[in-house]
Amino acid sequence: MQMRMIIGLISMLWMSCASAGSAPGDEQVYHTQDDYLQGVFQGAIPHPGTIWPDSALRGQLKDILGRKPGLRFRYWGADGKTAWILDQIGKDRPITAGVVINQGKIEDIRVLVFRESRGWEVKYDFFTRQFSELWLDSRQELSGSIDNITGATLSVNAMKRMARAALLLHEYSNQNTQTLANAR
Amino acid sequence: MKTTITALVLTLCMSASAAEPDLQTLYELIKQQGEQIADLQRQLAETQGEVAETRDEVKETGMQLASTVEYIEEQGDGGSSASSWADRTSVGGYGEVHYNDIDADDSSRDFKETDIHRYVLFVNHEFNDRVRFFSEVEIEHGLVKDTSDGSNGGEVEIEQAYIELDLNDNHQAKAGLFLTPVGILNETHEPPTFYGVERNDVENVILPSTWWENGAMLSGQYENGFSWDFAVTSGLEVPTSGSSLGRIRSGRQKSSNASAEDLAYTARIGYSGIPGLQLSATFQHQTDISQMSGDGIDEADLITAHAIYNNGGFQLRALWAEWDIDGTLIEALGGDDQSGWYVEPSYRFNTPELGLLQSIGIYTRFEDVEGIRSQDQFEQWEFGFNFWPTDNVVFKIDYRDREHDLASASGRDFKAIDLGVGFQF
Repeated sequence: MQMRMIIGLISMLWMSCASAGSAPGDEQVYHTQDDYLQGVFQGAIPHPGTIWPDSALRGQLKDILGRKPGLRFRYWGADGKTAWILDQIGKDRPITAGVVINQGKIEDIRVLVFRESRGWEVKYDFFTRQFSELWLDSRQELSGSIDNITGATLSVNAMKRMARAALLLHEYSNQNTQTLANAR
Repeated sequence: MKTTITALVLTLCMSASAAEPDLQTLYELIKQQGEQIADLQRQLAETQGEVAETRDEVKETGMQLASTVEYIEEQGDGGSSASSWADRTSVGGYGEVHYNDIDADDSSRDFKETDIHRYVLFVNHEFNDRVRFFSEVEIEHGLVKDTSDGSNGGEVEIEQAYIELDLNDNHQAKAGLFLTPVGILNETHEPPTFYGVERNDVENVILPSTWWENGAMLSGQYENGFSWDFAVTSGLEVPTSGSSLGRIRSGRQKSSNASAEDLAYTARIGYSGIPGLQLSATFQHQTDISQMSGDGIDEADLITAHAIYNNGGFQLRALWAEWDIDGTLIEALGGDDQSGWYVEPSYRFNTPELGLLQSIGIYTRFEDVEGIRSQDQFEQWEFGFNFWPTDNVVFKIDYRDREHDLASASGRDFKAIDLGVGFQF
């Protein structure tokens, strides 16, 4: 009985490997950056822009991300819409996400690369759709609540931080149609 | 009059004739202007050249700047081989310090105590994008002493040491020493993630958290929110004599020269496809929970299920667990059916206006525990507060009121006040 169960487990492992298709060594990439941008801009990816945060913006980004922000933030923008590729550590590994802001609201957020041991739920639409149409309020918080996932609080927090950072950066992009004073 | 007019016309004609330049003058003028135009063209060409040169320099400077920034960013991300190794290795930990003031009906059981209940360090390493190592080492109760009778302050334990392989985007395999996929707290027990200074008793007496075993496990997660795990591991080795006879928690072998005569087979299914909702159920079968045949404690089945619902700051947790153990001895002792359940509503308020304090949570919990020992058969009410200055640090205070089922254990009834501080990093 015991040996049969062990053989069964090994068989399941083998079948899972066989059905995996991709060769070991591939990253757990759910969308490549290029594929994601192709989808967002329907094949016409605009020339990338860059934001070099000044000290004030760096301070705001530090508050949102909970760490020092990078030297620059690249984005792709057209017709009032910007797309951002951001990294943020959840528990102990970075999550890479694509965030699309349209007219100051979140149009889409998606995990591109997931490296954490817990919190797989954040990869899927049933979680990310909570972010749709949210904006940044006057306290630089999301305008709506995101329900937590027990056991994956830090991954959820990482997603919320990236969403807030993208909304703030959008205001400094060349696609922001509102002045910073009345953007919110 | 006629003479005057004629003279005036002649004078005007002579004046006009004198103002017109001659051909030589015109030639000189054109030549001069030609040289000026050529000079201007030369200056324009030089300027255009300088502009082009400046443009090239600006372009080159931009490329140098981009290259420099990329280099700096790469260094930050682990550009060298040493930092690349470091980048793939993460270190963290968690811990909690408690104060308990127990006021028992039998005053000889009163006590006030403070204890660093646990301090855990973990080291994880990513060999490549699909193969990872996880580990946790824990010191319980602050110290470990080498004493002749084996009594000491605490324990040093390896709670996790396993390799995880990504089979594809949705399936993983792990092998080594890992946490049993059961209950709420067994896999997620960092102090800032739960209410109460002490962990709930159902996930102590019935589900012996923290519960880890050696073995192998397959897992799958899907876009519709369903997930599953199946594990073959070492099993419990429940004592067949002494004061802990038949006690589930005392059966943990803690992976130390663990008997593998009779393994445990664990299957879990979960659903979290609705934001804020988590449903999970685990079934485990052990072919002999004492690891010894003919001792009156034989096959055992564990069934447990839990639900967690989050909506904004509101959270509701509910868990039920039950063991069904075969064997004449365990049946005679009334320990063949050991079970427990609890329900815990809570609310967490964000309090940014309080500055240092990020949020405050209030909770209450009722639990009913039916273990084999008389002191493990009780009902308990509990309520308290968590204070989070940041997500990873928590201060806790709670009040507990425990009443045992059996009159013989009524002296153990108590009321308690607990204080705690917990952290993770």
